[in-house]
Amino acid sequence: MSPRGLVRRPWRLAAETSALLIAVVVAFPLYWMVLSAFKPAGEVESDRPRPWTLAPSLDSFRRVFQQQEFGRYFLNSTFVALVVVVVSALVAFLAATAVTRFRFRFRTTLLIMFLVAQMVPVEALTIPLFFLMRDFGQLNTLGSLILPHLAFSLPFAIWMLRGFVKAVPEALEEAAYLDGASRARFLWQILFPLVFPGLVATSVFSFISTWNDFLFAKSFIISDTSQSTLPMALLVFFKPDENDWGGIMAASTVMTIPVLVFFVLVQRRLVSGLGGALKD
Amino acid sequence: MAQDVTLGPPAPGTTTPASTRPPRAHRRRGGLTPWLYLAPALVILAGLLVYPVYQLGLISFLEYTQAQVSGGEPATFQGLGNYTALFADEQFWQVLLATVLFAGACVVCTLAVGCSLAVLLTRVRALPRLVLMLAGLGAWATPAITGSTVWMFLFDPDFGPVNRVLGLGDFSWTYGRYSAFALVLLEVVWCSFPFVMVTVYAGIRAVPGEVLEAAALDGASQWRTWRSVLAPMLRPILVVVTIQSVIWDFKVFTQIYVMTGGGGIAGQNLVLNVYAYQKAFASSQYSLGSAIGVVMLLILLTVTLVHLRLLRREGEEL
Repeated sequence: MSPRGLVRRPWRLAAETSALLIAVVVAFPLYWMVLSAFKPAGEVESDRPRPWTLAPSLDSFRRVFQQQEFGRYFLNSTFVALVVVVVSALVAFLAATAVTRFRFRFRTTLLIMFLVAQMVPVEALTIPLFFLMRDFGQLNTLGSLILPHLAFSLPFAIWMLRGFVKAVPEALEEAAYLDGASRARFLWQILFPLVFPGLVATSVFSFISTWNDFLFAKSFIISDTSQSTLPMALLVFFKPDENDWGGIMAASTVMTIPVLVFFVLVQRRLVSGLGGALKD
Repeated sequence: MAQDVTLGPPAPGTTTPASTRPPRAHRRRGGLTPWLYLAPALVILAGLLVYPVYQLGLISFLEYTQAQVSGGEPATFQGLGNYTALFADEQFWQVLLATVLFAGACVVCTLAVGCSLAVLLTRVRALPRLVLMLAGLGAWATPAITGSTVWMFLFDPDFGPVNRVLGLGDFSWTYGRYSAFALVLLEVVWCSFPFVMVTVYAGIRAVPGEVLEAAALDGASQWRTWRSVLAPMLRPILVVVTIQSVIWDFKVFTQIYVMTGGGGIAGQNLVLNVYAYQKAFASSQYSLGSAIGVVMLLILLTVTLVHLRLLRREGEEL
């Protein structure tokens, strides 16, 4: 229920007009990115940029995909993000179940630790993680990107899932046991499907933070570039003398589209997930 | 991130049926089972978060440069030496001040834009709402690095449309200290206001309509309704999005690094994160980099403790 009914008509029209105008401004950078990616070379780097193009061209995309191993970087990014999303969702689901459905010593302490863990500045840990990865021979492997991101997405995922697990009535669990279900059966066949919308909302956040990663890829993948990820492929188009803006925009578009698709797919779940989490 | 929204205790005035809150007595102790469930999470966190934090602290007390890293020389204990050196460095204090002011400005702008647009969303019909929501989700979904490149291009002195529209000629945004910070601020606000907007909007929608109707019947103005009815009910959510924004904006790395080319001309746009990275990886002063990391950790820890206190005062059951 919104206070919409209380708003008078001229005000509502004004509000709707400004909402649409703001939407245009907010979407403009993305529009400009895609547009510039499709502009032919001369037009991208024109000092009189036009908000449309008369001769859309795939040249910039061709340049991006011809770049050595761009496809490989794309697969690496996808692999790293998927592993982090799936593993952290499963591990967080178990942990969230433990802290919401059982009472045990140190439960509150653990919860506070999960909260505190979220605030640890990831970037500051690059130095010790670098040495850790080196000591375990993980430098220049995708593992050096997966492992830290798992650790960083977990505390948040546990906190967010907690609300969803809490919302499943205790009575359901008791009924399941009375019907002879084992604990494992309840966990995977009853609880898991029920909190699935929450897992989707949580996954959006771990996907984004992993897909976004620039610092770890830059710091941990130093000599074997075949193990690198998309942000590195993007940087190739920044040149000391003259940036290749067409290439940068095309690579940016390729890097952004999967996330946009993912967001649009889970959009309803995400918004209702946030709403659901708020109502607790 | 949004994790904390789960904390939002029921706003005073909203009804929480007792049944949704499981009575404590019913919960099982479960013996080892909860620990079994927790084991994978604890192993990952201990190995990749707790241990590195310990290492960070340790390195900050050692002499740790290229020689020690390559194993040529043993690491020697420096006591507070690294911190003394750091605090004696004028640049450190400049960067610290810049970080606090920059993060503060980002937080204020993000919250102002996010909250106003959340209110706007409640005033419009479904279609404009969907359009604005989708535009916001688009900005939110954009990876930090591509967001940075696109904003740089929009504001490019030679090829960007912004200077043309504003008639700025070939004004370079990244050349001056303040204009470079302003450009990064715009990008940060652009990609982080949607989280605030969606969360606060969800919070407003959760306020029962009767409460607002009652306020309207009593002749309360829009402003009065907002100040006396909505704001108190939304307070827990506002606390959460504020703290979250503080934490995010304090840690901005990619945007500064990419948009200002690693911290701006002569380091004029450095923030703590980028500064620590440059010290450690560009000049191999790992101990100094770690000491800066520890300073950041302590600042964010303080924010967290304030957050916890606020939660406790709200009576949230952990």
